[in-house]
Amino acid sequence: MRALIIARRELYAYLRSPLGSAIIAAALLVDGILFYFASLDTKRLSAQLLTQFFYDSSAATMVAGLLLSMRLLAEERQSGTITLLNTAPIRDRDIVIGKFISSFGVLTLMNLLTAYMPLMVYIRGKVSVGHILVGYLGLILLGAAVTAIGLFASSLARSQVVAVIIGAAMVASLILLWVVARAVNPPFNTFFSGLALHHENYRPFMVGTLSFDRVAYYLMVTYFFLLSATKVLEARRWR
Amino acid sequence: MIEIQELYKYYGDRRAIGPLSTRIAQGEVIGLLGLNGAGKTTTLRVLACDLLPTSGSVRVAGFDVVERPDDVRAKVGYLPDRPPLYDDMTVREYLTYAARLRNVPATNVKKRVADVEELTEIGNVANQLIGSLSHGFKQRVGIAQAIVHGPELVVLDEPISGLDPVQIMEMRELVRGLRGAHTVVVSSHILTEISETCDRILVIDDGRIAWSGTESELSATLKQGMRIALTVRAQGSSAAVTADKARAAVTSLNGVREVEVLEPAEAGEGIVTLRVAVSSDVREEVGKSLVQAGLGILELARERELESMFLELLGEGHEHAGRKRRKKKQGEQDTAASEAPAPSKESL
Repeated sequence: MRALIIARRELYAYLRSPLGSAIIAAALLVDGILFYFASLDTKRLSAQLLTQFFYDSSAATMVAGLLLSMRLLAEERQSGTITLLNTAPIRDRDIVIGKFISSFGVLTLMNLLTAYMPLMVYIRGKVSVGHILVGYLGLILLGAAVTAIGLFASSLARSQVVAVIIGAAMVASLILLWVVARAVNPPFNTFFSGLALHHENYRPFMVGTLSFDRVAYYLMVTYFFLLSATKVLEARRWR
Repeated sequence: MIEIQELYKYYGDRRAIGPLSTRIAQGEVIGLLGLNGAGKTTTLRVLACDLLPTSGSVRVAGFDVVERPDDVRAKVGYLPDRPPLYDDMTVREYLTYAARLRNVPATNVKKRVADVEELTEIGNVANQLIGSLSHGFKQRVGIAQAIVHGPELVVLDEPISGLDPVQIMEMRELVRGLRGAHTVVVSSHILTEISETCDRILVIDDGRIAWSGTESELSATLKQGMRIALTVRAQGSSAAVTADKARAAVTSLNGVREVEVLEPAEAGEGIVTLRVAVSSDVREEVGKSLVQAGLGILELARERELESMFLELLGEGHEHAGRKRRKKKQGEQDTAASEAPAPSKESL
């Protein structure tokens, strides 16, 4: 319940500040341009076009997720407003969940605003509703994981710029694990590719395949980084 | 209301406070007085559960800050030295948010917000964005958020910092208005501020309580070792001659311990500024003696600066701490040098 009070305040801040609108607008613009150029290839099947759309959207989602989450805790520390939360009868866990809900909510809204593109493919081509729904599920799960990483990075830094740099470095490292997987021998290659944020875990969603292992992976990444952010807040009180 | 026992707080290896023990009764208005870096803010942050102590026990309203932090936070309102305000919210939205965060029942939020708006006199700016308010109003909003949930304990860290004289007067009134309904702890490094608003003063130095008592007790203590600042002028004389005359006129008086010539407080021929350390209140005698010596008194005032107060309160220990430390260090070095084996020919 307390988390929702914080989430509401954060959503309000996104709506009032030009930053939230600018990030969403920029991401939608990039998505639209990439979709337009992908659709120019007339030899491509509609299912392939949809797969390409989810691939392109994942990049926009990751960048937007990091940019939306960078301010969550870093800005509070920078402006001193974190004291209001720290001295209220509210648990650190609720602070983190509230912040996460707001940023994740805005990111999900942004993803849903791209729905007109798959809808056009659905109307003009031959794709299943399941493909579209699974693709969006993948985008939403990826967005949740990146938001959690960004939130964790934001808990470490006082500056938003530093927070986004830390977050981007962590996301890039997790994405590039698939490269590491290619360079090492079994069984480590399976281990690293299983940990990769995008390649192995995201591709099934792109093609419309729902895999509960992949769903569990993203949920675990999200949980791990939210828990880490909570621990950082708890630890700061002892400093 | 507050029981602190053997409280220590370390930032890494640096001791910020400790050992610190005190008790504060319900309804008291306590002033925490100390120089910058003395440990005031850290003490207040521990009371507000913003920081947790390294060791020791702190109980607020019967709850331990480590074991029951949420219960403590529900009973404490805290205004840090920098009010925690969101510039993008209006005053009313912000106070509503603060009330909800602090467990005020949904049905009561509107009334509580209206009450604190009235008490802190911010009703006329309630619909303005906080970012557009003056510093004085921001401080008022900061106090309003600290009391919106009706806490038993209100903790205010330097509430007059950065305010102009009119705002300071208003803020004093506001803090006095909290008396009775709340136990209040106010920190400041300005003695007059504390003495104007508080029932009791706790002087913090180097993370410890150096002195505790009421304003009258403090005055009585200080009269035992007060300092007088003097600026005098002798027409047609040089500064050196004036200083000699003044020194001679004052030194002979009973109760005068030390006379120190300072940089002149104002420009002009034959003007000298002195600081006189006395063991009793001999201001009248000093004035008469200077006049009899043919000196014009431009200023004669009892020093009430905090630094001077500290020197008086802590006596020789504080006044000469630096010198003693240097001497001690020198002594240690001398001892070490004398105890160190003389370099042998082999080592050379």
